[in-house]
Amino acid sequence: MAKILSYEEKDTWIHRLSGVTKLIFFLLWCVVSMMTYDTRILVLMVAFSLIVFKISKTKWKQVGSVFKVVMVFLVFNVVAIFLFSPEQGASIYGTRTVLFHIAGPYDMTAEQLFYELNVVIKYFTIIPTVFMFLVTTNPSEFAASMNKVGISYNVGYAISIALRYIPDVQGEFTKIKHAQEARGIEMSGKASMLNRIKSTSSIIFPLIFSSMDRIDTVSNAMELRGFGKHKKRTWYMAKKLQRNDYLTIAFTVIFAIVALVFTFADGSRFYNPFL
Amino acid sequence: MEPVIEFKDFSFKYRAQTEPTLRDINLSIMPGEKVLIVGPSGSGKSTLAHCINGLVPFSYPGDMTGTLRVGGKNPSEIGLFGVSQIVGTVLQDTDGQFIGLTVAEDLAFSLENNLIPQEEMFVKVDEVAELVDVKNLLDHSPRELSGGQKQRVSMGGVMVEDVEVLLFDEPLANLDPATGKRAIALIDQIQKNRKSTIVIIEHRLEDALYRDVDRIIVVGEGRIVADASPDELLVMDVLKEQGIREPLYITALKHAGCSISAEDKPQHIETMKLDAYQKSLQTWFDRAEPKEKKARSASALTVEDLYFSYVEGKPILQHIHFDIKKGEMVSIVGKNGAGKSTLSNLICGFYKPTRGRILLNGEDVAPLSIKERGEKIGLVMQSPNQMISKPMIYEEVALGLAVRGVPEEEIKERVYETLKICGLYPFRKWPVSALSFGQKKRVSIASILVMNPEVLILDEPTAGQDYRHYTEIMEFLKNINENFGITIIMITHDMHLMLEYTDRAIVIADGHLIADDTPAKILTNEQIADKAYLKKTSLYDLAVNCQIDNPSEFVERFITYERKQRAAEGKENPENG
Repeated sequence: MAKILSYEEKDTWIHRLSGVTKLIFFLLWCVVSMMTYDTRILVLMVAFSLIVFKISKTKWKQVGSVFKVVMVFLVFNVVAIFLFSPEQGASIYGTRTVLFHIAGPYDMTAEQLFYELNVVIKYFTIIPTVFMFLVTTNPSEFAASMNKVGISYNVGYAISIALRYIPDVQGEFTKIKHAQEARGIEMSGKASMLNRIKSTSSIIFPLIFSSMDRIDTVSNAMELRGFGKHKKRTWYMAKKLQRNDYLTIAFTVIFAIVALVFTFADGSRFYNPFL
Repeated sequence: MEPVIEFKDFSFKYRAQTEPTLRDINLSIMPGEKVLIVGPSGSGKSTLAHCINGLVPFSYPGDMTGTLRVGGKNPSEIGLFGVSQIVGTVLQDTDGQFIGLTVAEDLAFSLENNLIPQEEMFVKVDEVAELVDVKNLLDHSPRELSGGQKQRVSMGGVMVEDVEVLLFDEPLANLDPATGKRAIALIDQIQKNRKSTIVIIEHRLEDALYRDVDRIIVVGEGRIVADASPDELLVMDVLKEQGIREPLYITALKHAGCSISAEDKPQHIETMKLDAYQKSLQTWFDRAEPKEKKARSASALTVEDLYFSYVEGKPILQHIHFDIKKGEMVSIVGKNGAGKSTLSNLICGFYKPTRGRILLNGEDVAPLSIKERGEKIGLVMQSPNQMISKPMIYEEVALGLAVRGVPEEEIKERVYETLKICGLYPFRKWPVSALSFGQKKRVSIASILVMNPEVLILDEPTAGQDYRHYTEIMEFLKNINENFGITIIMITHDMHLMLEYTDRAIVIADGHLIADDTPAKILTNEQIADKAYLKKTSLYDLAVNCQIDNPSEFVERFITYERKQRAAEGKENPENG
C-alpha cells in the first residue's frame, strides 16, 4: 500500500532530470492535451507518453491499482457524456450519421462515437505522464521545484510534510484498528456496510486525536528551526538544470507551440474526418 | 563573564490560566555550563524550557513579569527566530520532530530556512553528520532509523546552526536504557568539544547523571526549590519531597540507615566512597527478608516454539518459548524493534504465526477470531488517545459489551462495577475530555477490564509518566492483579518497572528469547543486559562495591523491602481516586 504512486529511486535520464523540468513538461503537456481535439496530435501524444513511460522503467505494480481506478472513472465519464449530451458529436462535426437507434432521444451516431474516442485518447495522453511524473520525482525535489516555478514554499512543504507523515499515520491506523478489533468492533467483510461505516468512527477519532498531538510537535519543531523566517528559502535537494533539462524544456515548448498552431490552423480545435 | 541565560524575579502565567505557572524565578546559567533541570509533571519545568527556547511567549502566549535574557538579549525583542539562533532545542518526541524526508534534509532544514546556498549546505550537513555519527545514514528515511539514530539526527539538526545553548527536553523519554546511556554520553562529548552550554530537562535523574553535570535545578510548583551541585543535592531530601526518584543506590543506603554526605561524591556509584557504609549495608542485607516464593501451577498463556516472518527467510521472531502462570505479572523487555510488539500482535491474533502455537489455559487459540480472543486477552495500547473513541466515559467503557450484544441492564451493572474497581465511579457521567492523562489511561484499561479478560497485555503502560503517575498506574495494576487474579503482561523498556512490579522478565533480543528469569537476576547479568540494550542496575554496583557476595539476592531483598514499604504507605493513606 505504501509503495503505490510513490517515488522510487532508479537511474534513468528521466529520473536525473530536475523536478522543475518535469513539472514544466507535465503542465504544458496537460495544457496541450486539454486544448486540442485534433486526433492526429492526440495519437502522437499517446505514443510519446507511452515511450516516456517505458523509458522511466516504471513497473506495473507501482501504478496498477491507481490505473484501474482511473479506468472506472473513464468509463463513467464516457457513459455520462453520452447520457447527457448524445448530440454533442453531431453539433461539433456538423454532420449526423446515425448508426442505429437506441431508445427515446438516443441515437448512436458516428460523430458521437468519434468525439468520445477523442475523450478516451485524451485520458491516455495524460495518464502515463502523471504516473511517470509522480514515481520519478523525489518529493523533496518536487517541493523545491514548485517553489522555483513561483509557488509559495508553504504549499510545497505542506505536500512534502504530508508525504513524510503518511507512513506514520498509516502505521498508527493499523495499530488502532487492531486494538478496536480486539475490543469487538468488526471491520472485516463479515459486518454489514452500515456497521462498517459506523465502526470506522471508532478508528477515526483516536486517529485524529493522536495526530493532533503530532501536529503540535511538528509545528513547534519547524518553528524552532526557523521555518517561515524569510520569504524565500533554499533547498538541499534542489537540482541544477543540466543540458538535458534545457533540451527537454525546449522540446516541450516547441512541441506545445507546434501542436497548438497545427490544431487551430483551420479555426477549430477539432479534427473533422466527416467533411 | 555574562550569563547566557538569566531569569530575574521572573513569573509567567499562560493566557488560559488564572494562576502563574512560574513564580519568582531567579536563575543564571553561565556559558559552557551543563545544567540538569528536574521536577515532576506539572511543576513548570517544561514551561521553564519553553521560556528559554522562545516557544513562550511566541507559540504559547501569556503574561510575563520580571526579566529574562537569552544570550544577553530580550527574547520579546528578537522574536522566536532570534532566540532559535541562540538556543537549539531537541524535543522529546524524536519521531515527531523529524521533518525532512531523509536524514540529510532534516539536518539541512534550518540551513534552508536561513537561505544558506546549496553548496555550503552540503559541506555543513556533512560536518554535522560526522559529529553526531550519522554520516552513513544520510539518504535514509526516518522509517529506517532506530530511536537512538533519530535522536542523533535531531541533535545534528540543531547543531548545524552555531547555537550557544543546546536544550534537551526529556532526551531519555523514548529510548531504551542502553541507548539512553549513549545519548547522555554523546551530549557530554558535544559539550566538551564545542564548549556549548547544555540544559537538560529530565525526570529520570539517575539515568541523566550517567555523565557529570555542573548543577541540578529542582523545580516544584512553579518555583526553583533547589539549585546545587549533584553531590550536594543527592544528600538532601528535596528530591523525595518533590516526588523525583533518587538514584536507587542512594535509596538503598538510606534504607540501611546510612547518612550520606556530599564528600562521599554520591554522583556516580562507580566512584562513590562507600567504605564507611559497608558494614551497615551488610547488616541490612542480612536482616532484610528474602522474597516470598509464590507457588503457581496452572498455566495462563503458553507460547510454544513460535516463529514469525513477513518475508520468507527474514524471521522477526524465532523459537520463542515461554509459559506464563495464572496470576503472574510478567514483563517482556528488549530494545526497540527487537520483536516485542510483534509478539503481542501474534498473541492477540492480529498476525498469524509462521510456525508454533499459542495456548490459553492449555487450549490452542488459533481457531479463535480476533474478536473472540479479545474477550480473553485484553490489549491496552501505550497512549489512551489511541483507544478512546467515545465522548463519554460510560459509553467508552461500555463499547466492548455493546458491540457484543450484551443486554442493557447487564452492561450497566458491569460498567459500574469496573468503574468502581478503577476508581472512576465518581466520574461515570463525565466526558472523557475532562480527565487527566492518568485518568484517561485508567479509562482505557477499564474499557478492556469490563470484558473480564483473563490476561491483560499492556504496551509501555508508564511511558512518559513521572514517578508519581508511574506509581499510581502501577499500584493500580498490581491491585487488579492481586485482587482479581488477572494475569498481566507488560511490554516495556523501563527497568524500574520490571524490577519493582514484575516477578519475571522475558528478554527478547533480535527475535530470539535470550532470558526468562527474575528481573533482579537479569539486571545483574551484564551479558544479557548488553544484548537486550538494558542497563545493569546501580544496586548491583552498590552490592559489588560493598563486597556483598550475592548481588542479585541483594537486589531482590531491596525490592521486597520497598514493596512492603509501599504497601504500608498505601494502607496509611488509602487511595481515594
